[in-house]
Amino acid sequence: MSTATVTPKGPSTLRGARLPKWSPYAIAGGSIAVAIGIGLAGGLHSRVQWGLIAAILYVVGTYAIASAVEGKRQAKDRIATSFVWVAFLLAVVPLASLIWSTVVRGVKVLDVYFLTHSMGVVADTEPGGGIYHAILGTLEQVGLATVIAAPIGVLTAIYLVEYGRGNLSRAITFFVDVMTGIPSIVAGLFILSLMLMFDMEPFGFAGSLALAILMMPVVVRSTEEMLKLVPNELREASLALGVPKWRTILKVVLPTSIGGITTGIMLSIARITGETAPVLLLVWGNAFINANPFEGAQASLPLYIYQQYANSAGSGAAYDRAWAASLTLIAFVMLLNLVARGIARWKAPKTGR
Amino acid sequence: MGTPTQITDAPPPASQPAVDKRAARGATRPGDRIFLGLSRGSGILLLVVMAAIAVFLTYRASLAISKDQGNFLTTFQWDTNLVPPNFGIAVLAFGTVVSSIVAMVIAVPVAVAIALFLTHYAPRRLRGPIAYVIDLLAAVPSIVYGLWGALVLVPQMTGLFSWLNDYFGWTGVFSWEGGAPRSMLTVGILLAIMILPIITNVSREVFRQVPQMHEEAALALGATRWEVIRMAVIPFGRSGVISASMLGLGRALGETMAVATVLSPTFDIQASLLDPGGGTFAQNIASKFGEATEFGRDALIASGLVLFVITLLVNGAARAIIARRKEYSGANA
Repeated sequence: MSTATVTPKGPSTLRGARLPKWSPYAIAGGSIAVAIGIGLAGGLHSRVQWGLIAAILYVVGTYAIASAVEGKRQAKDRIATSFVWVAFLLAVVPLASLIWSTVVRGVKVLDVYFLTHSMGVVADTEPGGGIYHAILGTLEQVGLATVIAAPIGVLTAIYLVEYGRGNLSRAITFFVDVMTGIPSIVAGLFILSLMLMFDMEPFGFAGSLALAILMMPVVVRSTEEMLKLVPNELREASLALGVPKWRTILKVVLPTSIGGITTGIMLSIARITGETAPVLLLVWGNAFINANPFEGAQASLPLYIYQQYANSAGSGAAYDRAWAASLTLIAFVMLLNLVARGIARWKAPKTGR
Repeated sequence: MGTPTQITDAPPPASQPAVDKRAARGATRPGDRIFLGLSRGSGILLLVVMAAIAVFLTYRASLAISKDQGNFLTTFQWDTNLVPPNFGIAVLAFGTVVSSIVAMVIAVPVAVAIALFLTHYAPRRLRGPIAYVIDLLAAVPSIVYGLWGALVLVPQMTGLFSWLNDYFGWTGVFSWEGGAPRSMLTVGILLAIMILPIITNVSREVFRQVPQMHEEAALALGATRWEVIRMAVIPFGRSGVISASMLGLGRALGETMAVATVLSPTFDIQASLLDPGGGTFAQNIASKFGEATEFGRDALIASGLVLFVITLLVNGAARAIIARRKEYSGANA
């Protein structure tokens, strides 16, 4: 090892002795080999233990070798580097596992039949059935929530950016921030308290109202950011031509930033589509198809996942359906995300440059 | 953005030219008035909704608490169907705090490390895709995390639990009697995975704002990359990281479905993180709601009100720190 370090090449001569570039890999390989050896010799069964031994060997080995060749400070730097890499890999493992298990277990029952049938005549513990009623419910509830929240959110953002002055706009800005952090179950409880007041049964639109509360602050935030990006010269040019302010906003400011605003709204739709808690409290769930969001309990995709998991006493068929519904939900949310990002890229607001 | 005298907290330079000229125009045009009314009205509507949430929750909660036989804050029971109802939030408050603390202890160091990875370590070409992967982690619905946690993560935890019990069982915190690992520690780990993206994203924004000069000065003095981070990046970003963590904490406190699917709840407080039991505010609402009477729902609303107040405080504090930071970095840039 020392022969490689005596011949530093190129620009690094100023820095003193350096370990060659491949040394981390070599140390990692060596420590894994030794860990496997120790594991086999000591009769340790758990792979996790092998991994831990390898990790400890790697850290100690790196520190020892680096401090011998490069000095203590470089050794610390190398250890910090490896910790940062490990943290990143640590975050990737659950995501990979989640996507992997959802896809592998989800495709088992996911087919056209599953997408076009309800659970109406199927007991939770039996195989069969589908998620048509849940998809329908989710689309209606989320659609209605969007119809309520998107205009209010965009108008509020317009007020904050184009008109906002003084205490009112400061208060709105602050409470929009606070509202972003409301737990979804609290929004559900709020609508529930209204329903208790008027003695109402669960129905789809109540869920939409709670989802709208969760969606509004997100729309305000993202729209605000987009409106701020519109160059001032455009507004001034329009006003200088004698165009009223409201027409300036409608014909100049909004068209310029419409791409970003659409992206923000789609991302917030993606966010509320996955909300379960308010739907659980307000929409209640329904095994049959109910296309009317204004009367009677409805189903919803996230709620369906929860109920298949919780009410089925560990039945494999119900778990399979839950995974398939999860796959559908993730696919929908990811699709929204991708399309939203696509729009953001194509229609990026033309900043002043 | 040079003159600090004119900096108000409503930053848009956008409306400057128009508003001041109102006097010159005399009466504003009807279209303008309608449009202003509409947009101001939606802003006010948002405030009204916030106020309504507080008012209605408080009202329904007061209905329940006034009939509560026990002490709402210290009772260790949730019997809303008894004839004199007897319920309290002590267990829920404990469980909520413990699971969130576990989540924070795991998530904050990892998230900060990932943020550093994205700003200082990752190869430049990989930064975009990696940030995208982190965003994906944020986009996965919480119920899917719950399902994954209950069916994939829980079985994986037995090995870790028995190891912790073998070596750290004597502390009491890590003792384990061998039940299914549907405990506070598992919940905390799952919550940590879920709040990782938000802490990472906010921290990354803060680390990006670190003045290039500070880093270059440190490098020029011969600092290693780690020393640059320790001396220039972390001190600058500390308050940002704190507020990011509090935003994550707000998420963790209010998370419902992931806790409801993973935890097997009991209504008592136990020292061990590994033995199943305990409960959180949100989880308790979701699992007790099904069989609750109208009075029971009011009681659940009362517990939700406590959760609402706690998250308001946490989020408000986080936003306040961020706002202060903004002024500071704005003056610096």
